[in-house]
Amino acid sequence: MFEKVLMIVLIALTISIIAAIYRVVKGPSMPDRVIALDMIGINLVAAVAVISVLLKTYAFLEVILLIGILSFVGTIAFARFIERGVVIERNRDN
Amino acid sequence: MSWIHIMILLPFIYAILVPFLYKLYSHKLHTGWFVMPIPVIIFIYLLQYITPISSGEKIYTTLAWMPSLGINFTTNVDGLSLIFGLLITGIGALVILYSIYYMAKKREALHNFYIYLLLFMGAMLGLVFSDNIFVLYVFWEITSISSFLLIAYWYQRPKSRYGAQKSMLITIFGGLAMLAGFIMLSMMTGTNSVQEIISQMNDVTSGPLFVPAMLLTLLGAFTKSAQFPFSIWLPDAMEAPTPISAYLHSATMVKAGIYLVARFTPVFGGAVEWFWIVSVVGMITMIWGSFYAVKQTDLKALLAYSTISQLGLIMSLLGLGSASMAFGFTEESAMYTVATGAAMFHLINHATFKGSLFMVVGIIDYETGTRDIRRLGGLMTIMPISFTLSIIGGFAMAGLPPFNGFLSKEMFFTSVLRASELPIFSMETFGIMFPVIAWVASVFTFVYCMILIFRTFAGKHQPERLEKKAHEAPVGMLIPPIVLSSLVVIIFFFPNIIGQSLLKPSLAAILPGFTQDGAFEFITKIEAWHGFNTELFMTIGIVIFGTLLYLSHKKWSSVFYTLPEWFSLNSVYNAALEKSETVARGITNNYMTGFIRDYLVYIFAFFSIALLTCVWVLKGVSLDISNNAPISIYEVILVIGIVISALGVLFSKSRLTAIISVGALGYIIALLFVIFRAPDLALTQLIVETVTVALFLLCFYHLPEFKKEHSRVRFRITNLIISLGVGITVTLLALSAQGNKLFEPISSYFENSYELAGARNMVNAILVDFRGFDTLLEILVLSVAGLGVYTLIKLRKQGSGTNETE
Repeated sequence: MFEKVLMIVLIALTISIIAAIYRVVKGPSMPDRVIALDMIGINLVAAVAVISVLLKTYAFLEVILLIGILSFVGTIAFARFIERGVVIERNRDN
Repeated sequence: MSWIHIMILLPFIYAILVPFLYKLYSHKLHTGWFVMPIPVIIFIYLLQYITPISSGEKIYTTLAWMPSLGINFTTNVDGLSLIFGLLITGIGALVILYSIYYMAKKREALHNFYIYLLLFMGAMLGLVFSDNIFVLYVFWEITSISSFLLIAYWYQRPKSRYGAQKSMLITIFGGLAMLAGFIMLSMMTGTNSVQEIISQMNDVTSGPLFVPAMLLTLLGAFTKSAQFPFSIWLPDAMEAPTPISAYLHSATMVKAGIYLVARFTPVFGGAVEWFWIVSVVGMITMIWGSFYAVKQTDLKALLAYSTISQLGLIMSLLGLGSASMAFGFTEESAMYTVATGAAMFHLINHATFKGSLFMVVGIIDYETGTRDIRRLGGLMTIMPISFTLSIIGGFAMAGLPPFNGFLSKEMFFTSVLRASELPIFSMETFGIMFPVIAWVASVFTFVYCMILIFRTFAGKHQPERLEKKAHEAPVGMLIPPIVLSSLVVIIFFFPNIIGQSLLKPSLAAILPGFTQDGAFEFITKIEAWHGFNTELFMTIGIVIFGTLLYLSHKKWSSVFYTLPEWFSLNSVYNAALEKSETVARGITNNYMTGFIRDYLVYIFAFFSIALLTCVWVLKGVSLDISNNAPISIYEVILVIGIVISALGVLFSKSRLTAIISVGALGYIIALLFVIFRAPDLALTQLIVETVTVALFLLCFYHLPEFKKEHSRVRFRITNLIISLGVGITVTLLALSAQGNKLFEPISSYFENSYELAGARNMVNAILVDFRGFDTLLEILVLSVAGLGVYTLIKLRKQGSGTNETE
């Protein structure tokens, strides 16, 4: 019973990821794509968590954290890129 | 290290000293005087061997060089090698004496000259005395190299360089072929010593390698001895200084091929291929060389062609003499050995008169400033000694009494007449060809000898056409040709001294099967007068016809110009060289396009074709899926995602989409790692994929403004085929490898990582404990990559590309 629920959750997550991928591919503007990517990241966090429950293991908790960090950093980087044209600004003094 | 080895290596050792001597004493004394004693010493040393050798001994000494490979510096002194050794050292001494007067002390780089000459002399001695085929080959190549250096002695002249390059290409081509033949011989017989090969050869004459070994060895001999069609390098080698022409291209190096043929006659002789190839090539060379010698206007070129022709004569005699081996070694077959005797006899004679003629031509060149026949003439009264010398040499070459050429020419005619009656080798039909060709070639020989003598010395003197005022040469220059010419005469009057002491043992070396006494008795009974027989009438006919042809030379000399210029071996050689260069360049430019995509096409096409062919031929595909795990729904979904993103990379319109698709692909693979229970891999994969995508974006951002392509990947059918091929190949290989597990994996060992390494994380235990070396070097790879990126960014050349800091 519990496993079936988890499976349904996973399928729902997959559908949402596919929808986000559609937005990444289609997305008329750059911010659309970036937000879709961020959403994929969050969905992946959820999917990995569900899979960990399914596999009955603690081993993937770091993966969850990492995906969270990475998607955050990636989104920030993209945002800067779209805003200012560079990701890392140089110090203009030297 | 016996005396004979010391004597062979002496020139090499002395060559080291020459530059120091040159530096110290060149302003006082000509360097040649220091070099002169070396050949004299060796000559005197070799003279001691005549007594034991002529009584039938063989002196065999060994010096270990590479015993484990069976390559030792073994020397074998017998009649054949002794003749050559005496020629090399004797004529070498005379040539050095001549060169002391010929090469100017002030202007020439004498140390180079004498180093090359000593190298050559040592190599030649080593070549004739070596019994080990590979050592023989080593010396053979040293002669090629030193000859190359000597021909290009005046390297400022383009013609010298051309001649040197030509001779090197041809002789080294032959030398390498010869090496292959030697390797075959050593494979057949299991030994590297010539004498042992001879004793074992009867077992392998029917073997499959016999004929290839023979042909390859002959290729070496023919290229070195300037036989047709490889004779083209010899006339161009005349750009060398005249002492070199006299020494290398008349007396010694071109005889190396003769030596090889004579040395290997006991190995291959008696075979029908050997008989025909050697004798027919010799005959063709003889008539071709004598015919073209008449055409020449340059004295040295004339002598070069005459050398080619005389070498062809000796070669054909060696071929005819090998017929005696086909008969077994009986009394009646001994009559055919006269050809071999004539070959050895003419070899000595040719070395004497040709050396002296070259020196005379050098004197003429030195005293008048030209070698062109059309400018010379009437030097008879001005240079009487040179005239006498050239008369002696020229008449000996033409085969007239009272000079030694007459004797060997008579023996030559005897040999061809006897050979034409051979009852074997289908000589009944072709046999008559030999005397005819020999006679015609001898007529031409007579004509060019007369041209050489009388165009130069008779006729009208034209002082206004000469560069210098002609007068007789200094006495030192005349001594060597005088010595050689007196030998020419002495050998005519006392031929049997040479016959008894040198020729007979050399025949015993060339035809070792004739054991009974009296087989070679003819060689000790050489006489000038045999009564009226066919040979004498042939000679008389040669004189009559030759004289007529010489007197009417102006009328028929236009025949030489009927053949167009491009119809010659030289133009064939030049065209072949040029063509091979252009073809090679064309081929290279065809496939080395400079486009990486083309090279990738070659690599991948080769990879897939080779592997698929192997799989096809070896029936390597066996798909066994019985051990496979069941496929779950997650895996299917993820694989579909992978395929979609891969296709997204392929069909994306813009690069940005492609980059993001690649990123998606990497993340899905990280998910696969999650599903397949590999947390460490998933972690690493996620981070690396993120960084990679960021780097791709960096690259994308810095693409230049102009020619930015926002178009999809261009479709190429070859790329599609190759990519499909590679994909299919890899899939097949992976499935086959999966289906054919030969033994259990060793991963069970790592499962007790806690007991062994104190680590609960098995992957990390493997990485840093069980197999830490790999990790160490992976760290090194990363640091190298980091340093590389840093240097690429920091050490940019000024002014190349746009600087990002601006």
